[in-house]
Amino acid sequence: MASVVLSEAEKLYIVHGVQEDLRVDGRGCEDYRCAEVETDVVSNTSGSARVKLGHTDILVGVKAEMGAPKLEKPDEGYLEFFVDCSANATPEFEGRGGEELGTEIANTLYRAFSSESCIDLKSLCINPREHCWVLYVDVLLLECGGNLFDAISLAVKAALFNTRIPKVRVLEVEEGSKEIELSDDPYDCIRLNVDEVPCIVTLSKIGYRHVVDATLQEEACSLASLLISVTSKGALTCMKKVGKGSLDPESIFEMMETGKRVGKSLHTSLQKILDEEESLGTTRQKVGFLG
Amino acid sequence: APGDIIAAGTGYMRGHGTYVEDEKLVASVAGVVERVNKLVYVKALKTRYNGEVGDIVVGRITERLCWKAKLLLQIYSFEQVHFFLSMNLPGGELRRRSAEDELAMRDYLQEGDLISAEVQSVFSDGAVSLHTRSLKYGKLGQGVLVQVSPSLVKRQKTHFHDLPCGASVILGNNGFIWIYPTPEQKDEEAGGFTTNLEPVPLSDREVISRLRNCIVALVTQKLMLFDTSILYCYEASLPHQIKDILKPEVMEEIVLETRQRLLDLEG
Repeated sequence: MASVVLSEAEKLYIVHGVQEDLRVDGRGCEDYRCAEVETDVVSNTSGSARVKLGHTDILVGVKAEMGAPKLEKPDEGYLEFFVDCSANATPEFEGRGGEELGTEIANTLYRAFSSESCIDLKSLCINPREHCWVLYVDVLLLECGGNLFDAISLAVKAALFNTRIPKVRVLEVEEGSKEIELSDDPYDCIRLNVDEVPCIVTLSKIGYRHVVDATLQEEACSLASLLISVTSKGALTCMKKVGKGSLDPESIFEMMETGKRVGKSLHTSLQKILDEEESLGTTRQKVGFLG
Repeated sequence: APGDIIAAGTGYMRGHGTYVEDEKLVASVAGVVERVNKLVYVKALKTRYNGEVGDIVVGRITERLCWKAKLLLQIYSFEQVHFFLSMNLPGGELRRRSAEDELAMRDYLQEGDLISAEVQSVFSDGAVSLHTRSLKYGKLGQGVLVQVSPSLVKRQKTHFHDLPCGASVILGNNGFIWIYPTPEQKDEEAGGFTTNLEPVPLSDREVISRLRNCIVALVTQKLMLFDTSILYCYEASLPHQIKDILKPEVMEEIVLETRQRLLDLEG
């Protein structure tokens, strides 16, 4: 990931601060930075969202296309993730520098969404074994300011909430072949139920304690982090450890508990914002990129 | 904003940031229009740092070039400038570059370290020569760095401030602001040789975090940074919790109050 260089004294200051539950910007160990979430920012996608968490800026677009279902799951649709680390984010991503990070994030997203209860994939099926909806989720990293995974998962959830898939009807034509008719009304669409969609919470171990939503400077002081993917009910769908350092099994357990707690409150606040945005409807003032 | 018409007609001398189109003076950068007698120019809001003699800068060592005691210093984000160092070494003697000094400097300053220094001279290709010849400059210890646009740092007589709220601040002209706990003894200045590695007490930390958030708030609202503005902002922020200062509504409220007090001060 992108990193900053810090002097030893600065790192020491940050580490001591975390032990006393007072981080550099005044937050406690379990506080998130102020996040801005906006949906429906890209007009030619089925759903989109933009999340700004401190200096981290993520844009997610979801496109629904028709395709053939996978052989082992003939009556379900599926999701495809692609992560693009734009060179705008940090100079390290120039050229092909961001590819490794991009594939790592995409793989983590696949694992987080691998649980069957996350999204109702059966609702994405049109014709068993022949047609289904494939949701291509494209993530674009605009700016890297620490804590990428959390921001990306928030944006993915918001974008899926915002996704509108047109309703289709299957017509039986002569000779037994089927024809698919797309509904003419642009507002006639199905929405996805995102209640079970997980959010990723990254817990970085600094000294003897762990923090949530680390900034770039805090990431530079942390040797190991635990990524857990939590649903709104507190169930874990995947867990991953990153970093060169080692984690004690006891601290892993503590971090999991914190992650579940923080994850639940994260889901409730995100849902509140999404519902508020939804209720404003078309009269909502879109800030988009120029605000 | 760029393209806005500043003045029509002749009678003005045009300065930086402007150009003439159809006999009208138009701005070419986004910033504030300033006037000195007949000279009209636009001071840009976001600028790259151009070193001037006598400026105080705070910088981070990004790379060391092994010979001739030349160190690359990151003065402004993503811009690196060579500088030549004449430093105070342990013992308090002032020596210019000799072979022993190079070795000593290599052990003393490492990559990632922060130092404060004064600009001695500027070369035509943009390189600056810095010196840390008095005891108040040198390697910085524990504290917090905030990076802002250089144009928001007001030029004053001194850039080292010991604020009455309990912390000290170095306002680098290059936009790097260093906040640190006020040293207790007077001879242990910011540029001390042995870095104080003891944990900073919680009360000092709270002051430092609050100051850091206030500076970020002032910068977001594009207010100039100098000791009085920072102090007023700090006082205005006291009723709020430290982490709440970064919320947009709270930020606006605090900076509005600061602006009001500054206007009252002038008027």
